[in-house]
Amino acid sequence: MEIRKGIAVSPGIAIAKPMLIDSKDYRIPRRSILPSNRAREIQRLRKAFATAISELEEIGSSQDIQRNNIQDIFAVHMRFLRDRSFRKRITDFISKELVTAEYAVSAILREIASHFAGIDDPYISERAADIYDIEKRLLVFLLGKRQEEVDHLREEVVILAGDLTPTQTAGFNKSFVKGFATEKGGRTSHTAIVARSLGIPAVVALGDMSSEVPPECVVIVDGYRGVVVIDPDEDTLSQYDQYSRQMTQFASKLNELREFPADTRDGVHIQLMGNIEFPDEAQIVVEKGGEGIGLYRTEFLYLYSGQEPTEEDHYEAYAEAIRAVQGKPVVIRTMDLGADKLPHAGWHAHESNPVLGLRSIRYCLQALPLFKTQLRAILRASVLGDVRVMFPLITNLQELRQAKMILRDVMEDLDEYAVPYNSELPIGIMIETPSSALTAGLLANESAFFSVGTNDLIQYTLAVDRANEHVSTLFSGAEPAVLRLLRSVIQDAHKAGIGLSVCGEMASDPEFIMLLLGMGTRVLSLAPPMIPEVKKIIRSVTIEECNQLSRKVATMDSHRQIKNYLRDATTRILPETF
Amino acid sequence: MSKSTHEIEVEIRNPEGLHMRPAMQFVDLANSFQSEISVCHQDVRADAKSIMQMTMLAATCGTRLKITAVGPDADRAIQGLRGLVENKFVDDPQAAVGEKEGTV
Repeated sequence: MEIRKGIAVSPGIAIAKPMLIDSKDYRIPRRSILPSNRAREIQRLRKAFATAISELEEIGSSQDIQRNNIQDIFAVHMRFLRDRSFRKRITDFISKELVTAEYAVSAILREIASHFAGIDDPYISERAADIYDIEKRLLVFLLGKRQEEVDHLREEVVILAGDLTPTQTAGFNKSFVKGFATEKGGRTSHTAIVARSLGIPAVVALGDMSSEVPPECVVIVDGYRGVVVIDPDEDTLSQYDQYSRQMTQFASKLNELREFPADTRDGVHIQLMGNIEFPDEAQIVVEKGGEGIGLYRTEFLYLYSGQEPTEEDHYEAYAEAIRAVQGKPVVIRTMDLGADKLPHAGWHAHESNPVLGLRSIRYCLQALPLFKTQLRAILRASVLGDVRVMFPLITNLQELRQAKMILRDVMEDLDEYAVPYNSELPIGIMIETPSSALTAGLLANESAFFSVGTNDLIQYTLAVDRANEHVSTLFSGAEPAVLRLLRSVIQDAHKAGIGLSVCGEMASDPEFIMLLLGMGTRVLSLAPPMIPEVKKIIRSVTIEECNQLSRKVATMDSHRQIKNYLRDATTRILPETF
Repeated sequence: MSKSTHEIEVEIRNPEGLHMRPAMQFVDLANSFQSEISVCHQDVRADAKSIMQMTMLAATCGTRLKITAVGPDADRAIQGLRGLVENKFVDDPQAAVGEKEGTV
């Protein structure tokens, strides 16, 4: 049994046989051949090349490709497949080393790819991805049946892969795919989108799994906790069976809460909103009973297509979400990426410390055309509903003023062309650094609302990278330092009379709900699937209980003590969760 | 058939260097000649007909390349490749706006 922790990107539990999808992350084992089989392996290699070339010819002539600007990429692949010296390197390797064609393809192409990747020129280092793609194409033929199995599935499986590509998922027989587990990827990866749209669990960023999957085993994908269990023992399996059944029952019970308001027992209304990444998730927010979108992350627009999004791309994505929530508020956060993550940033400055570097609003304030394109689209969409704009990673008043000035510039541009927009558009900021939390009183004078991003606030306050396994245990929202900052931000917002919401993961964590209410939060924005559960907690407590709990926590001196106390309190009111 | 050797030195001047499309154009043109054509950058030598080897040259803007052709059409090969490089592969944004829009 092997338990792996990753990032949960789509909730649910799946228990099924694994289906491994070939990718560059799956090593092809080195298999020797007899000298007498040399000719046969070389013949197989020739066939693989011929098949790959005819596939590419077919793809290249399709309308889709002509439209999609990827013609050039396929044209390069074709040149490689027709390159004699390229092919000779592989055949020489087969002859000299006496290995299978698939091993030779894999070994030589990886060597070439890593050579390309090491060249200090983006145009050439990017070719490494092409080599991996060619490898994949050749291996599909050489390994044959695996790929076909995915198309003609006849039993339920969970897909294990390096990272799924759109081409791969397009071919799946969806009724038999019960879950995804990938080695790479993040919340915005293709796997995450597909899993959510299919409503199946998915866990990504699991790290190398290739060596740990025995041929005849079962795999559990736990999309609630971000855990994958490979080859579970009987106890674990029966626990998960039970857990899965409970969660299904629990979820259907919670969904009955949809029509009830998120009011505490003493009648205080808490506004529950949804965090979304993609426009189609707005529908899920509505289905789960959310009262609008408290955080619309817009990064997918920049990451998914590989090109800088046009104003229309932005506008369409915003309009879809705004229409879905039918007049309820939609808070659009402007681009929150580092320059290092933008494939089309045009320059590749190396930053030794990107988390403290040119990212988010800082990058936008330097890349004005990119920023203005997004702002124009947000303003145009602002007449479609209750739209609000939010700037991320603001650390001081100067940045806020600069960002607002640019927004005003864009408004003037729109005035010139008589394009309608809401000139009263509320402008808010994310509070996610200690500096903005400590100066929240100043920032509140010039902001319409605050939204506290707890993940970054914790990271910057505690100086802990939670993706770093050596220090990740130090990452805790229950640290007194974090809670003090949070408390003072809430108080400053109340004093200034501006809106405040908590939109980080803390707002999706059942254990923190009573504390957040007790500290004075009345708006929470959370992962849409968590809305019913959080609503159940809210409907089970009184504000007075929450205030008492919050006062008690303020006297405690360690995150462990606080965490235990919060867990006990929550377990008493919602035993099913734990 | 007469065999001759021709050689020339050129400088890559388009800003993106021998990236995807220029490299393809170069290799395609080289493949249209019978002569053996090699390209040297410092001490690295590549077969002009191989996209793999040409990519490995890592010829960025400003790189000087020595092109050598041996064969019956060596002279024409050298002239053709020189023309391609000196016209910046017609991939220069100013020179080729129209062409780009037509092909992309």
